[in-house]
Amino acid sequence: MESVVFIFSLIDCCALIFLSVYFIITLSDLECDYINARSCCSKLNKWVVPEVIGHAVVTVLMLISLHWFIFLLNLPVATWNIYRYIMVPSGNMGVFDPTEIHNRGQLKSHMKEAMIKLGFHLLCFFMYLYSMILALIND
Amino acid sequence: MSAPAGLPPRPAAAAAAFSPGGPGSSLEAAARAGGAPRCQNGPMQSQMQLPSGYGSHLPNYSAPSGHYSQVPNKAAASHLDNQYRASYYPGYYSAPAQNVMTSVGSNVLNAQESHQLYNNTPPHSGGSSDRPVQGAVSSASYLHVSAQPSYSAFDNHYSTSVSSSVASQGFARNSDHYAMPVVSGAMYPNVSYPPVAAGGVYGQTFTSQSLPAVGQFKETNAFSSQSTSVPHSLQQHVPMGYNTTLSTVSSAQAVQDNLSRNLTGSVPKVNNQINTGGIDSSQPVHSVSQNVPFTKPGVGTSASSAVMSSVRSPAPSLSSKPPSSPSVTQSPELALQEGMQYGGYVNNQASSAPAPLSSSSDDEEEDEEDEEAALDSSSTTSSASPVLNNYDALEGGGYPETRSVTSSPVPSPSVVQTSKASKPFGYGYPALQPGYQNATPPTPQYPGVNQLSSSLGGLSLQHSQQPESLRPVNLTHDRNILPVSSVPAPVPNLNSDLRKLNCSPDSFRCTLTNIPQTQALLNKAKLPLGLLLHPFRDLTQLPVITSSTIVRCRSCRTYINPFVSFIDQRRWKCNLCYRVNDEEFMYNPLTRSYGEPHKRPEVQNSTVEFIASSDYMLRPPQPAVYLFVLDVSHNAVEAGYLTILCQSLLENLDKLPGDSRTRIGFITFDSTVQFYNLQEGLSQPQMLIVSDIDDIFLPTPDSLLVNLHESKELIKDLLNALPNMFTNTRETHSALGPALQAAFKLMSPTGGRISVFQTQLPSLGAGLLHSREDPNQRSSTKVVQHLGPATDFYKKLALDCSGQQTAVDLFLLSSQYSDLASLACMSKYSAGCIYYYPSFHRSHNPAQAEKLQKDLKRYLTRKIGFEAVMRIRCTKGLSIHTFHGNFFVRSTDLLSLANVNPDAGYAVQMSIEESLTDTSLVCFQTALLYTSSKGERRIRVHTLCLPVVSSLSDVYAGADVQAVVCLLANMAVDRSVSSSLADARDALVNAVVDSLSAYMSTASNLQQSMLVAPNSLKLFPLYILALLKQKAFRTGTSTRLDDRVYAMCQMKSQPLVHLMKMIHPNLYRIDKLTDESTIHVNDRVVPQPPLQKLSAEKLTREGAFLMDCGSIFYLWIGKNCDNNFIKDVLGYPNYASVPQKMTQLPEVDAPSSERTRSFISWLRDSRPLSPVLQVIKDENPAKTDFFQHLIEDRTEAAFSYYEFLLNIQQQICK
Repeated sequence: MESVVFIFSLIDCCALIFLSVYFIITLSDLECDYINARSCCSKLNKWVVPEVIGHAVVTVLMLISLHWFIFLLNLPVATWNIYRYIMVPSGNMGVFDPTEIHNRGQLKSHMKEAMIKLGFHLLCFFMYLYSMILALIND
Repeated sequence: MSAPAGLPPRPAAAAAAFSPGGPGSSLEAAARAGGAPRCQNGPMQSQMQLPSGYGSHLPNYSAPSGHYSQVPNKAAASHLDNQYRASYYPGYYSAPAQNVMTSVGSNVLNAQESHQLYNNTPPHSGGSSDRPVQGAVSSASYLHVSAQPSYSAFDNHYSTSVSSSVASQGFARNSDHYAMPVVSGAMYPNVSYPPVAAGGVYGQTFTSQSLPAVGQFKETNAFSSQSTSVPHSLQQHVPMGYNTTLSTVSSAQAVQDNLSRNLTGSVPKVNNQINTGGIDSSQPVHSVSQNVPFTKPGVGTSASSAVMSSVRSPAPSLSSKPPSSPSVTQSPELALQEGMQYGGYVNNQASSAPAPLSSSSDDEEEDEEDEEAALDSSSTTSSASPVLNNYDALEGGGYPETRSVTSSPVPSPSVVQTSKASKPFGYGYPALQPGYQNATPPTPQYPGVNQLSSSLGGLSLQHSQQPESLRPVNLTHDRNILPVSSVPAPVPNLNSDLRKLNCSPDSFRCTLTNIPQTQALLNKAKLPLGLLLHPFRDLTQLPVITSSTIVRCRSCRTYINPFVSFIDQRRWKCNLCYRVNDEEFMYNPLTRSYGEPHKRPEVQNSTVEFIASSDYMLRPPQPAVYLFVLDVSHNAVEAGYLTILCQSLLENLDKLPGDSRTRIGFITFDSTVQFYNLQEGLSQPQMLIVSDIDDIFLPTPDSLLVNLHESKELIKDLLNALPNMFTNTRETHSALGPALQAAFKLMSPTGGRISVFQTQLPSLGAGLLHSREDPNQRSSTKVVQHLGPATDFYKKLALDCSGQQTAVDLFLLSSQYSDLASLACMSKYSAGCIYYYPSFHRSHNPAQAEKLQKDLKRYLTRKIGFEAVMRIRCTKGLSIHTFHGNFFVRSTDLLSLANVNPDAGYAVQMSIEESLTDTSLVCFQTALLYTSSKGERRIRVHTLCLPVVSSLSDVYAGADVQAVVCLLANMAVDRSVSSSLADARDALVNAVVDSLSAYMSTASNLQQSMLVAPNSLKLFPLYILALLKQKAFRTGTSTRLDDRVYAMCQMKSQPLVHLMKMIHPNLYRIDKLTDESTIHVNDRVVPQPPLQKLSAEKLTREGAFLMDCGSIFYLWIGKNCDNNFIKDVLGYPNYASVPQKMTQLPEVDAPSSERTRSFISWLRDSRPLSPVLQVIKDENPAKTDFFQHLIEDRTEAAFSYYEFLLNIQQQICK
């Protein structure tokens, strides 16, 4: 059973890693002016909710399967994701707003955030991998 | 849902729609053919005249006034004031006063002289065209008085650019060069420019300047002497006075206008720099200069075949001098060689001159220089004694530079002196008021240009002693810190040549004119670094360049500008990215030669306009397209704006900017959307109604936007009929969202301008809004909510529009809450503009009606640029991190402006990413690429160059307090939307506290118990307090949400000049205007009363005061005001008979009336939107508004200025 949990987590984590990479690529495209802010933001905003859900699922799964350490590790990031999504002002077009993304260094902070998440997901990836192998061996 | 009622153009339906008014209403429209409109015009016009006859409406109005009276009033305020006045006035002003007096006296003298001069001059210059004459005159007087910037004649910011006095000094200095003219001349051809390291040239010059002025004293003398020697300066100045272009010859100006498009061979600026740079360091000014005249005249005369000589109208004394001076056209070769030798000034002047002139200008300059030199020498002796007296003048002289694009070397000496002399001077202000009036004539020239100087202002000084701008000012002790006239922009501490070339502060200002070297230093200073831009300002003088190739840096795409360095004849080094570029300059039609990059106008002027080639177009230039989207619901009809709008449109239909392709269209909406088919050939306009607002579509693909010229009759018919078409409507809903979607669909193929008139909260279809304002919270001191938009519909729409090069301008005329915060998004992100008329009613609120009328006139006829983009570039190491204004930021440094208008300002915050230690100068360049209404693609380029400093005190010395405050206001708006109003207010106060405490910690010798600010920042606390009491940020005073949001929108989109008036209005006492201290504008005498503090303490019952708030003038009449004044100026026998609502001054044939009117109209002329005048006497409803602007007084909810200072002091001590 445990192996199933980790296999699922692993897949989910892979998806999140790809998503982070996609965020980074798109943002850096914007930075280099290859795409315009409008299309960049609409592309990214599409994936904000899937990301929140994807991460929340893993977190909940860990809670259910009683992997406290991994759950606590995931909790802050999941909370941040949800908080960020909820706190979008009513007039904005999403977490990424084309009219503001170039202001106040937002682009940079988005980039930084995506990088940190990528690192985090990579860490999780190996953790899940290890746990999965361990679980498979135990089985 | 409902079937598209009007889908097929059905004439019958149209007719029906047109005559809803029933039998009585004149809806001939349906029946009328093309010729009819005239008949209709009659009635229409009579309607329009209503506004002028406001008197009749007065009775209605008095009712509302009642509730205003309770508002806190002056009595209370003044009481307070008195209290603090007692403790406030230390008696020490008197001592310095004496000094002041003397200086004043001299000033007066000068002023008078100038007067005379002024009068004399015109006849002389008769030969030249009108323009030049004016310029000449003004400059002449200006020079004369040197201290007193009488800019009168200058139409524009631009004209001011060349400061006469400065220039003259510059010459004196240059004369050094002359000592070895031979050498330089010989060298020139071969040597070209010595390859200096990046910015090396500049660097050198710079340092040389900063050297303690060895010859200070001498120089000063020269300077003073110069100022005294009017005639000379006259000659020089006349040419110089010319705008940015710097062309020396006044006639050249005129010519320039015409020829400006041609590339003019210009003299190399770089040369100047080099020459002067090297030379400057050697200081033997006078002796050399004397010699010069002898050697020179010969050259000058021989060289010049005086073509344009008539241009200069030498004063009598001058006539003796070699007439050769004006000679414009010379053999190019001669000009070249000689011009080069002489270096900078001359060259600069030449640059802008029209092609034919350019070559000769050099010679001219030489001549001029000679003359000047001669003058100098002579004057020196004569005027040596008066030096002291002239301080005033000197200071003034320095100022012009400030404002002027081009500054001359002079400043440094003058400054130094100032710092010594001016201390007493400054203190003297309060005591001297009366004397002052005379003494400091009106700096305030063109309102547009705020910066003329008062003698005290923030001079940016250089070395030696403490610069004036760093002089510590004890804020709690010095009560009178306001300058006599408008606050000048500080002059960057640059070498004179660069200063002269620099961009006008009107278009381009930086909060710190000395850029700190590192971010750490910037952080220490606690001042924001940013730019304030007014790129599309109306300019009277602008070099326009048509060239097959527009020279730009290969790597960073910077346009070539006066601050690049030429490494040799063929290569130049970009001043932003330091790349070395090959010369691309091709054939120069003016000089018929290749190369000579320095003579090109784009290298001579920091503000130029290029006509762009097809490389700069993504599609063929669009035609001018205007679409009007009009609210015709019951509410709108009731308010009656349609009449005013249609009337204005009818009047200005021919003045709409555009060419033969101009197109126009109309959409009206209530709960449905109505389109108007104006296809040429129809006998009358057809109305097409689309009631399916959930899925809006265009009833016909074309003929809704029609060619203005082809369908003019139909358009006029429609405009005549429109106001009456909906008179009996019962539709109260407003489907703004669908109407906008339809407008977007209509405009998307071409782009253009959508003007939306809305009178209520949109209540139907997409984008509907709900009231979010709780009236009980209006005066809350805690949380102000709903400053941000409620929906992203308008933002999305704006972005769609922006993508299709369409801007949406919003006119909100509402009596109740309309959620401007949400609606404003449609303009904010599409680069539109926002106008708001609270409680608009055509007959009940005549002041608003008049304002709408005037605003519309300006709005419809002002210049417009379509499909524009603006890019802001800056020297490597700096980066932009936030933009403020109405636009969409498309990439890190590119703003997309669907429309650009001359009244829009922008602000930019910057940060220093890499240390700037390698460079001594940084440059900023904005390039605005737009399609003119004539279908030309043009690029307007402004370049600003500023020095880099490494010490904290230099940073403070260069602070531009007005720019800082405006930038902070922009930041505070952002903060209050993204965080909260309280946060924003705290941030504003902290900005003062932090910067002042940082300053006080650098100045070790200051007592900690005092609140001290550098002179450059002495107005900082006052302005911040004003900002805190501004509608946008005030708390505790009842403020409607829409008013607040509108004030915020204005902060973001107004250019600095107008914003400052909004924040800190100007108050003048006008019941005792005298003819002393006047300036002359277009043969009108304009009195220049001094600025008064914004405090009820200044209001006396015996006086009459005018408050200039930018968009409105208040004329406050004291109860015991002189009856003569009331009779002459207001046209009523006594105070009691003055009506409550008075918005115009009668034309009475009395001197005081004339003076008042000329003063007011002069103030009006200076701004795009002509403000409405409101006469206020006691018990007038508008009185509250007036007293709310007295920001130095205490109100129930806010500190007085003095309390605010104490509060700051407390926080600093903590």
